[in-house]
Amino acid sequence: MALVTTTKGDMDDSLLEKREGTVDNDNELTTWVEYWLQGELVHRSAHVTLKKTATLTSSVASF
Amino acid sequence: MANTQSMCTSFMSQLMLGEHQLGTATLVSRTSLTAPTTDTLKAALYLASATVNAATTVYSATGEVSGTGYTAGGVTVTNATAPTSTNSSATAGVAFFTPSASLIYTTVTLTTAFDCVLIYNSTQSNKAISAHTFGSQTITAGTFTLTMPANTTAAALIRLATT
Repeated sequence: MALVTTTKGDMDDSLLEKREGTVDNDNELTTWVEYWLQGELVHRSAHVTLKKTATLTSSVASF
Repeated sequence: MANTQSMCTSFMSQLMLGEHQLGTATLVSRTSLTAPTTDTLKAALYLASATVNAATTVYSATGEVSGTGYTAGGVTVTNATAPTSTNSSATAGVAFFTPSASLIYTTVTLTTAFDCVLIYNSTQSNKAISAHTFGSQTITAGTFTLTMPANTTAAALIRLATT
């Protein structure tokens, strides 16, 4: 048993339906978890790991 | 309207002007001849409907997420690692920087989809550094964590490369 922060206050996770998912592509690895109570979404968290960089490619002029 | 991952163009010229000091301080401040300083970076989240891209010059609340537990302007970026540079050949090399900890937005409710984080320099008049996109998210009474890529020549969050 664990407490989950929800829109209705902290709740025991055994009272909730848990749904999880993962997205893994070239840009990110994302995991998310949802808790539902009688058809109502009461908690959703997400963890995104970035994979791509912002890159500046530079050059210098030749004489 | 959409967000686009990119380094902010204005950041490039500001680097040449010495307007940003990322990571651990190694240089004296621009306002002090004796005391090294480090700029404070922040990370703000933007709605999927916003327009944040290479043309973004400063942080703006326009298009920023809002909701319970989220403070406008976002969270402070842990900025403890100095930028690094390395040469890959006689004519090429890479300088790179990655924040040294994940960005964590704790116990927030953000019901409108967002897909972008803007890194900006709050010490230097909120000047924009880079925009990073990801799949649209919403958060309900939960935590949004954005983990940085590895701080390496190939994967660092911000890279300046010569070819």
